[in-house]
Amino acid sequence: MDPRQPVKFYQTGTFTVGNRLLDTDERSVQANMERTNSLNSGHRACQGCGEALGARYALDAAMRATDNQLVAVNATGCLEVFSTPYPETSWQIPWLHSLFGNAAAVASGVAAALKVRGREHVRVIAQGGDGGTTDIGFGCLSGMFERNDDVLYICYDNEAYMNTGVQRSSATPLAARTATTPAVGPHPGAESGRGKNVPVIAMAHNIPYVATASVANLRDLEEKVARAILIRGARYVHIHVPCPLGWGSAPADTIRVARAAVESGLFPLYEAEHGEVTGRTPIRRRVPVDDYLKLQRRFAHLFSPKRDDARLGQIQAIADRNIVNYGLLDTEDARG
Amino acid sequence: MDKPFAITLDPGSSLANRTGSWRTMRPVYVDRLPPCNNACPAGENIQQWLYHAEGGDYQAAWRQLVQDNPLPAIMGRVCYHPCETACNRAQLDEAVGINSVERFLGDEALKRHWKFDSPKQESGKRVLVVGAGPSGLSAAYHLRRVGHAVAIYEAGPLAGGMMRFGIPTYRLPRDVLDAEVRRILDMGVELQLDRKVANVLDDMRAGGFDAAFLAVGAHIAKRAYIPAGEAARMLDAVSVLRSMEGEDKPMLGRRVVVYGGGNTALDVARTAKRMGAEPIIVYRRTREKMPAHDFEVEEALAEGVLIKWLSTIRNVEDGGTMTVEKMKLDEKGFPQPTGEVETLEADSLVLALGQDVDLSLLDGVPGLKIKDGTVQVAPNMMTGHAGIFAGGDMVPSERTVTVAVGHGKKAARNIDAWLRGREGAAPEKHAAATYERLNTWYYSDAPKTVRPLLDLARRTSTFEEVQKGLTEFNAQFEARRCLSCGNCFECDNCYGVCPDNAVIKLGPGLRFQFNYDYCKGCGMCAAECPCGAIDMVPETT
Repeated sequence: MDPRQPVKFYQTGTFTVGNRLLDTDERSVQANMERTNSLNSGHRACQGCGEALGARYALDAAMRATDNQLVAVNATGCLEVFSTPYPETSWQIPWLHSLFGNAAAVASGVAAALKVRGREHVRVIAQGGDGGTTDIGFGCLSGMFERNDDVLYICYDNEAYMNTGVQRSSATPLAARTATTPAVGPHPGAESGRGKNVPVIAMAHNIPYVATASVANLRDLEEKVARAILIRGARYVHIHVPCPLGWGSAPADTIRVARAAVESGLFPLYEAEHGEVTGRTPIRRRVPVDDYLKLQRRFAHLFSPKRDDARLGQIQAIADRNIVNYGLLDTEDARG
Repeated sequence: MDKPFAITLDPGSSLANRTGSWRTMRPVYVDRLPPCNNACPAGENIQQWLYHAEGGDYQAAWRQLVQDNPLPAIMGRVCYHPCETACNRAQLDEAVGINSVERFLGDEALKRHWKFDSPKQESGKRVLVVGAGPSGLSAAYHLRRVGHAVAIYEAGPLAGGMMRFGIPTYRLPRDVLDAEVRRILDMGVELQLDRKVANVLDDMRAGGFDAAFLAVGAHIAKRAYIPAGEAARMLDAVSVLRSMEGEDKPMLGRRVVVYGGGNTALDVARTAKRMGAEPIIVYRRTREKMPAHDFEVEEALAEGVLIKWLSTIRNVEDGGTMTVEKMKLDEKGFPQPTGEVETLEADSLVLALGQDVDLSLLDGVPGLKIKDGTVQVAPNMMTGHAGIFAGGDMVPSERTVTVAVGHGKKAARNIDAWLRGREGAAPEKHAAATYERLNTWYYSDAPKTVRPLLDLARRTSTFEEVQKGLTEFNAQFEARRCLSCGNCFECDNCYGVCPDNAVIKLGPGLRFQFNYDYCKGCGMCAAECPCGAIDMVPETT
């Protein structure tokens, strides 16, 4: 059914990070005592940062898949700022940073340089937040896709510009409060009908591989990154990473929030090859969008002083549409 | 300055930044007391033996189990498993089948001839155990393990006590009982059969014993006054069950009325059914109020035992005609007579109204307190007479095999302490591992594996064991349903979900450690720990 839950029952199957009952090679990269820890301790991300977690998950998986032959190019944003305040760096992999908007272009250049030097076994990752990807770096990204450059671009999506003080980006969801979309007026929070669905736009470029992933589903994330990093040509992985600061959620709840996004259908997990969806990760225990929204203060105005049924209905409709479009329910239980 | 071109920073140099100073809450690993362990009358560390069974190391599981209870194959058959009633998994789907895994381990041990270790050192002390029932056997085992010389004096012709003379063979095959008793004796425990203790002080002196543990059980049937004709056939349940062990089976006739509502009443009725009789149980209250366990009632009804609820027997005439009066429950739940009567024809009447203790061995022992026909004991199981301890059915408590085994263990610990001149303090209990502390998202969905029951036709005509065991495959499956409440099972979640790499994995069996130099105290490890083995505590400075 779900290729990433192959172990039907070993106390926890493959839901937990590790499982002492499984063979070592069946466990996750993160369970391994020898994992790279690409992003090491001492970084200055907030408590419970989803992006720091997502970046380590993804890069450790890529390091294992490439036998440590990896270069990462980083866009400006939280990930870059909290990991490399001069004179420190938390990165334990070859890593470089240029500008906010040019990560995809720089990575294309790195890949070209490696090709010229005959070192194509070294693989290239470009990475950035949603701001550097969906807004500022979007031109470079689209170019990279269109040229089919040999780069895996990873977007860590926390749905706003968190580093500069939580301004909206084109990835900010409907009704979310940010510094620039305050919860005031007749339609509080981010307006509807806007924003970009970059994974779908990436698919429209017909590139070899596109996937979405979440920090709430480690095995799924690791498998997608490990797969993507070994494909030649342009690839895109979009990872949903909650931001306790910007979303107003408890630092301890980061994974809980991410899980609710997946289980409600608001953040569908799927993969696509050459523009066609080829796989999706089914919802295990479906929850209403309220379960996701109520954990975050950026949506508090939807519930207080009185419940905004109209907006909540719109958001639930988005989730329902995702569930139908991507076929996210396939067990009797989940249909429930 | 000597870095290569374009390299400005050393890799991983952020380690100089001790982000642990941000922390206001600190995660700490804890071990909590799982509800199964807490509910076990024998104090078994159930979760720990399930942990070994999950990994397929059945011998390690069994060795863990017998640290507390030397009779797992018997337990796996006759225990009423309060552990399963308490199991947190019941709130998720169904309780873990702990009892069936215990039986599997017990049977596995018998099949593979696993033995108990002999004591490493002899203490030079001698302890007398009176009675070879579950409590006496358990005490003997635990005393022998710590090096005391133990002799059991048993009044009956065979060891086992109520396990042999009270529990029918369809629930406990005697080869299982014999094998588990034998294994205890093989540690060097002396057993004298047909050795009734007339006066415990005399026997202690004669045998040179330093302490004694009394566990003679409760074998005297309680009587009720029922006016009966001369020729009416009235028996008591204890004698009926006891005579099943001998050559001369009891003569019950075809129509048997059993009076009472406890497990013994059901045992007698089900025994009579297997002997070809048609048993009817007469009980004065309702099914809900019946002291017998519901699964036994269910099994008895399925086998064709009839039960008359809310009924008492007024009298029995010659020829076996009984007058039965209908009862009704008052507001307090007590049965009250209604005056409505009916008659019942029966060849015999078996009274199953409970048992009393034969306390004659204690005559003349100074300091003892007897109340309601039982011996009063201190929390350390010692009677009012220094050096004499007592347990099992002869002290006030619930009368089950498992409680008796627990008494034996507890008494042995305190006898050992007393002999060595120490306080026998019980190890301190951890705080409870409640369901609310679990993150059940991480557990796979897995329905309970039910043990097969013997075909009904065979159940009503033979004394074959009713409940069968699990195979290795499904015993392991069942063990793996354990949620490991409150105790780390090394799922690596904390190690994985920490955004700051502040959890150090120490390796298989060694668990984890927090690196407080970098832990920011976000609490994600605690939130995502499936079994609730991490607490967040405020930093003091």
